Amino acid sequence: MSDPLRARRQAVDTAALTARYPEVFRTPWATRLVTLGSLGCVAGLAAFAMWWLDFSAARILNGFGRLGEFALLMLPPSAEDRFPAFLGALAETLGIAFLGTLTAALFAFPVAFLAARNVVPNVFVHFVVRRGFDVIRSVDVLIWALIWINVVGLGPFAGALAIACSDFGALGKLFSEAVESADRKAGEGVTAAGGGSLDRVRFGLVPAVLPVLGSQVLYFFESNTRSATIIGIVGAGGIGQYLTELIRVLELQQVSFIVLMILVTVAVIDLISGRLRRVLIGGERR
Amino acid sequence: MNKRIAPLAPARSEALKAAYARAVAATRRRTILSLVAIAVLAVAAGFAAEVKPLVLTGNIGNFTSYLGQILPGLTLANIRGDLAEWYWGLPKWAALLGETLLMAYLGTLLGGLAAFVLCFGAAANLARTRLGCFLTRRILEVLRTVPEIVFALIFVIAFGLGPMVGVMALAIHTAGALGKLFSEVVENIDMKPVDGLTASGATHVEAIRFAVLPQVLSNFASYGLLRFEINVRGAGVMGFVGAGGIGQELLVAIRNFYYTDVSAILLMIIATVMVIDLATERLRHRLIGSEGTR
Repeated sequence: MSDPLRARRQAVDTAALTARYPEVFRTPWATRLVTLGSLGCVAGLAAFAMWWLDFSAARILNGFGRLGEFALLMLPPSAEDRFPAFLGALAETLGIAFLGTLTAALFAFPVAFLAARNVVPNVFVHFVVRRGFDVIRSVDVLIWALIWINVVGLGPFAGALAIACSDFGALGKLFSEAVESADRKAGEGVTAAGGGSLDRVRFGLVPAVLPVLGSQVLYFFESNTRSATIIGIVGAGGIGQYLTELIRVLELQQVSFIVLMILVTVAVIDLISGRLRRVLIGGERR
Repeated sequence: MNKRIAPLAPARSEALKAAYARAVAATRRRTILSLVAIAVLAVAAGFAAEVKPLVLTGNIGNFTSYLGQILPGLTLANIRGDLAEWYWGLPKWAALLGETLLMAYLGTLLGGLAAFVLCFGAAANLARTRLGCFLTRRILEVLRTVPEIVFALIFVIAFGLGPMVGVMALAIHTAGALGKLFSEVVENIDMKPVDGLTASGATHVEAIRFAVLPQVLSNFASYGLLRFEINVRGAGVMGFVGAGGIGQELLVAIRNFYYTDVSAILLMIIATVMVIDLATERLRHRLIGSEGTR
């Protein structure tokens, strides 16, 4: 801070001001108590959690030492002539993500209208559909993958089905919210011009929500390229399979190579889909 | 007021019709092109992901019969006994579920604190040097792009098995994800209070404390709650790689075909996630709502 500023600051007589307007400077003790109390609760629960989960400083210190060693072993990243195999696995990962997202979107699209209050006025129907979405959504992708492996066997197909399932729930919820927040005037116009309720959905709602849904699907595709990289941990295909194996046998140079490949791929996908999303949303505004 | 609307001159109306037809055809062409592109990509993805529709249709019976098998045989006559048999491991599972929740809590808290410290450096309007801003952003990006379970895999080797590893993995991923969201919130604030405080001689930290924090705190809390909900799900599968929580039990049950155990544990996870989901949603609405009325 420069000197003139500091001088100016001291020139303000805070003590006199406090004496003149005490109520402005005083924090009510009730507010203070609530703040301190909630902070205390948060910290107390954190301390309890650390105790319950066996946090130990010794383990953390030792672990960081080993992590440091690992970091050194990771350098330099190298594929050691398995680059084509990694590329293939990465393509598989992208395939899983794309197919999973597409399937989820195709199935979620019609069902989401059932869950929207402004399309199906029946409280019972949309309550059931909503809770159905919630149940499907609360099961993690990896658990879905384990279940699908029982059905179609190990491999990327199970991964694609797992992503399709878990995203069906998430996209269904988002889609139905988008449909509910759509402008109702267009639909009312269609009804006034003599359209039936299907016409209202087709010409009044779908054109309004399609760009929003499209951008959400793209966003999910982005996040699914990330999830698809881990689905191999349970044997459902993609680059995760290599990643798990190589971490287990401590081939750390190849691990860091794969992580770099994933980072680059995710960045590229983000870039492309970000562009597409802007076209979708921007095209609608014009 | 019974005035007839004069029809357009034929040449003019033809021109308008032609322009309309052209516009419609262009839209249709674009739609068909994008559909074809999506279809081609889907087929390519299908080959990459080794999709076997025949296997799916042939084995879809397995899926339904699997669902049938994991459901317990409950009879009305002996409902208490059947329930007790279904949930034979309730004390153990409840403890593990509690552990999962604590992992999610601690992971969110630690990650949130780290994100809180880093986000001001990553916000373009508050960062003091452009290089620092760029570096902070890249670090956050790496932290959130590497999935938490990959961190857990590496940490399990370095720190040994156990829930502590799961917490660290969750915390690191959370720091990256929340750091980005937080910095976006900070970038959207009204800069006038900051300018005012800086002009009256406040330091960088003082400006953040008295001009930025009051504007962003409720949004931070709301994002933190959202992340907590996501982390509960994430903590549920940490056990798959030996990083604590209920995931290990579930993995064992699925792999060893302990059918009714699978449904019992799944049901507990689903119920917990849904309760947390509803609770955090209500809290978030209250947080954001109180922000709106102020």
